[in-house]
Order: sequence, then C-alpha cells, then structure tokens
Amino acid sequence: MANPAGAPLVHAVNVMKSFHGNDVLKGIDMDVHKGQVVCLLGPSGSGKTTFLRCINQLETIDGGRIWVDGDLMGYADKGGVLHRLSDKAIAAQRRDIGMVFQRFNLFPHKTVLENVMEAPIQVKREPKKEVEQRAMELLAKVGLADKPAAYPGQLSGGQQQRVAIARALAMRPKLMLFDEPTSALDPELVGEVLTTMRELADTGMTMIVVTHEMGFARDVADRVVFMDGGVVVEEGPPSEVISNPQNIRTKTFLRRMTEGG
Amino acid sequence: MSTPAAGSGSPAPSAATVDRPGVINARPVRHPWRWVAIAVILVLVAMMISSLVTNPKWDFGFAFQIMQQTPVLEGLWKGTIFGTIASMILGVGLGVVLAVMRLSDNPVLRAVAFAYTWFFRAMPRYVLLAILGSLGFLYAQIRFGVPFGQQIASSLGLSTDLTFFGFSWNDISSTIWVGVIGLGLSEAAYMAEIARAGILSVDKGQDEAARALGMSSGQRMRRIVLPQAMRVIVPPTGNETIAMVKDTSLLTAVPVLTELYYQAYLFGQRGFKIIPGFVAATLWYLIICSILMVGQSYLEKYFGRGFGAIPKKTKEKLMKIEADH
Ligand SMILES: Nc1ncnc2c1ncn2[C@@H]1O[C@H](COP(=O)(O)OP(=O)(O)OP(=O)(O)O)[C@@H](O)[C@H]1O
Ligand SMILES: [Mg+2]
Repeated sequence: MANPAGAPLVHAVNVMKSFHGNDVLKGIDMDVHKGQVVCLLGPSGSGKTTFLRCINQLETIDGGRIWVDGDLMGYADKGGVLHRLSDKAIAAQRRDIGMVFQRFNLFPHKTVLENVMEAPIQVKREPKKEVEQRAMELLAKVGLADKPAAYPGQLSGGQQQRVAIARALAMRPKLMLFDEPTSALDPELVGEVLTTMRELADTGMTMIVVTHEMGFARDVADRVVFMDGGVVVEEGPPSEVISNPQNIRTKTFLRRMTEGG
Repeated sequence: MSTPAAGSGSPAPSAATVDRPGVINARPVRHPWRWVAIAVILVLVAMMISSLVTNPKWDFGFAFQIMQQTPVLEGLWKGTIFGTIASMILGVGLGVVLAVMRLSDNPVLRAVAFAYTWFFRAMPRYVLLAILGSLGFLYAQIRFGVPFGQQIASSLGLSTDLTFFGFSWNDISSTIWVGVIGLGLSEAAYMAEIARAGILSVDKGQDEAARALGMSSGQRMRRIVLPQAMRVIVPPTGNETIAMVKDTSLLTAVPVLTELYYQAYLFGQRGFKIIPGFVAATLWYLIICSILMVGQSYLEKYFGRGFGAIPKKTKEKLMKIEADH
C-alpha cells in the first residue's frame, strides 16, 4: 500500500498560499495520523479555512506539498518534476475526503435523502438500492431518520448541518474536514452537531476541525494546532495548548475566547 | 368560565374605561383622483366598444370566419406554433451552451461566446431572416467534409473532394427550417444572457460542496447548478417564448408564407376587408399568449420547489436583459 504503517494520513510540508500577493499561508507543516482528531484554532484571517481548502484542492497551493494517504495532492511527481493533474484526477482524489462547511451548502433542490445519495450514485456509480440503505443508516446515525423526504429549507440549521455530515460520510471518506461547523448556528443548536461529531470521532474517523468551541477541542481533540498570521504558532495536546499555553499570541487568543463566552 | 373579577362589574375600573380610548373607527383617506381616473377610463372604454360595435368596417363576423380558414389554421400550426417551439428549443439549448462557455475558464470559449452574443444581439431578426433566405446566392451548396477538401484533393490528384455530405441551400431556402435557424440563432444570444444570470445567481458554495464530493465539472453544472439556475431562468424564458410567438410574423422575410399573420392578412386582402384580417390574427395571438402565460406560472412553481423568492439583484439584472430587446 501507498501508506506504510506509522506514516501519517495527512502529511503537509511547508504549505504556502497567497491571494494576489497577500501571503495567507507561510509554510504550514502538519501531520495527522489515522484516527486522530486535530482541532485548528486561531484568530479570524489566520488562514485556517484556506489551509483546509488546500488539503482537498479547493485552492491550489503555491508552495510545499500535501500528501493524503500517500497520494500527492494535485500533482503527479514524475522524476522530480511536478505535473499538474487533470480536473478529473483531482476530482478522484477528493472522493476520499469529506468536507463540512460553515454554511452547510446542502443542495436546496434535492431532498435530504437525495442530498446524501447524490455523490455515491453519480461519482462512484454505486447501485442505488445499496446507497439508499446506507443513506438511511447514516441519517439514523445523525438523528434524522424521520426526515429523508424533507427539503433542506424545511430544516433547522442544526439539522441541516447533520445532513451535511451524513452527506460527506456517504462517500466513506478516509478523512473529514470541518470548517467551523457550528459557528453559523443558534447557540441552542450547537450541542446537537457537536454530539454528532463526537460520536464520529469515537468511531475512529480521522478529522481536522476548525472550531472556536474550546470545550469540544479540549474533550475530543488528540492534538490542537494554533495558527496565527499564516504560520503554526503552537501545537500539542489540548491539556497543554489550551490549559497552559506558552506562546503569547496563543495566550491572548485564548483569553479573548474565554472572556467572549 | 365566569367573567374575571377585574371586569366591567366593579364601579372603579368602569369609570376608567370611559376615559381610555376604545376601538378605532376613523374615516379613511379619500382618493378623489382615483374616482376621476375610473370615470375617464370608463368613458374611453365605452367609446371603444361603441366604435367596435357601430363601425361596420371591423366586421367581426368575417374575422371569425378568417380565423377558421384552413390556410390560416395551417399558418397557425406549421408556422407560428411550430416555429415558436422549434426556435425556442434551438435558442434555449444553444443559449445554455453559450452561457456555460461564457463562464468557463477557457479564454477561447469565452471569446467565441462573447463574439456570438455581440453579433446576434446587434442583428435585427427581420434582416437576419432575409439574409438567410437569400443565402443560396452566396453558397449554393452546403458541404460537410474536410476543411479545404476540394483544394487538398485537387493538389493530391484525388478523385473525391473529401466531402461527406452536402445539400443545396436553395432546397430549404424558403422552408420553415430557415426561419427556425434564424430565429433560434438570434434567440440563443438573449437566452445566453438569461442563462448566465441564472447560473451566476446560484451560491458559489453549491458548486464547492459538489466539488468537495468529487463531482466532475459536467455533473456539477447539470445536476447542481443548472437545476437551481432554472428558477431564475424560467420566468424570463416564458417572456422570450411569448415574444417569439409574435416574432414568427417576421418569417415572411425569408420568405416563409405559411404563417399566421400573413395568411390572415391575405384573406382580408382578398375579401377587400383588411381590418378583419388583422382582427383574426390579433385574436389568435391573444389566445396563444394567454395559454402560454398559464403554462409559465406552472413551470415557475415547479422549479421554485425548496426555495424562497428570487434575489432582488438577480431580478433587476434580468429585467435589463429583457429591456434590451
Ligand atoms: N479567495 C480569496 N481571495 C482573496 N483573499 C482571500 C481568499 N480567501 C481567503 N482570503 C484571505 O485570506 C486570509 C485568510 O482567510 P481564511 O478564510 O483562511 O481565514 P480564517 O482563519 O478561516 O478566518 P475566519 O476565522 O474568519 O474564518 C484572509 O485575509 C482572507 O481575506
Ligand atoms: Mg474560516
């Protein structure tokens, strides 16, 4: 296999990205091992979203390399020379990476069940019967077994985000990326989504989660990475980074977070 | 249940009720000018009706007869209705393709789509149809084959001229097909703008979510973006269809004479009663367009499922495209 035992599932080295001369990522290194949950913290504009989007190629990186499960993302390495992959090959790399967005991005013209079934049928060409059964199981798992025929517009934000999680899981990803999955939710709906994510973490899913939910990071994360200004400032187990931060920027950020709520 | 203790029964609160304002029974604002306007309109309508009834030149009886004549009905079906449907199919299909080209990353496709839209928007339909009808003078034979096939074949001394198939333009030059090609090509330029506004109205997050699931660009466009764009595309397309019904009267430029207006006009002229011919055509146009408007409202409901209202900005953009006609 491409991924020898012990090699990280996500191996990012010196990832750089700029938008029109604005350096947003200035050399990020990150390793995430299989089954780990990594929480990405940092102030607004520090590049957390951009880094997540680079992992599944929604953004093209300018420097560095990202490997997911041994595959170099976005390029083929032919004797030291990188060749950009075709759109089709990049789409194939994305299949194994699930992504959950801040604003859910469910397909509003499709029912909940159709949302979950869309990609396995269209992308993987799996038999419809099988996909439907799996979709119903996933909906039950996220607590929405009674809503397959509803349209996303008829659901609450928390319900929509749980459907979005089920939709991503339907592709049986190796890795799940969450970009502030609860920050667009009313406070009373945050808990149900975090519970779903906790349960997912318990199944051994590898997850990278951008979040401002310190409780979730402290309880669920194996490792916390604190980013600021496009670099990793501090990282380690939550007991160290959250409870006893060393870097001044981490300290300031955490103090502001806990004061805010 | 009995009345609450604090009700009107006890004397003290009752005294207070007298002072406190009760139900409002105000005089409404008067709109005297509205009544004036109604009066003026009523008079005008009465004058129109009286002229319709008393002026024998209208001759509605003859108009109804014209409406039912076989050549007129044939013009209605084979010219106006078939022409509208076929031109709109060509126009919508090509228009969506042009819109996708216009929005693609490929600069060549973008430029081609832009040039197409520019040319066909600037070209009056009447002139376009007349030119297509006379194209036989320019290109008597239309051939599909290897580019410069004749030159290549003669220089190599081949017996064939590398043409796969061809036809004479004059064979089709006064058929409805030339009209459909002309109207459809012209319509595509407008539909391209409408489809583009529709595609742009779909939230970028939709395409990204589909991308993150590993869907190809074709799948994303067909299954995620276009169905959502339809809600914005359908209402103006209904208007375009209604406009197309009326534009089929331009088919005489080709000339295609099996068409409602010309046939109705011809009948009026032959009977030395021009006006009833116009009335007959008008009534048919009113009937078709009314039916189309009903159909349009059903389509809007269908594609609006799962959504709220169309964003205001998109609506304004579409109004502008239509006003350009
Ligand atoms: N597509 C883009 N074009 C130009 N600039 C961008 C783009 N995407 C992000 N940026 C810029 O990159 C910087 C980092 O953005 P990013 O969204 O990654 O931050 P973030 O850490 O996720 O912040 P937040 O907590 O607010 O979500 C910002 O300054 C932003 O303006
Ligand atoms: Mg962000």
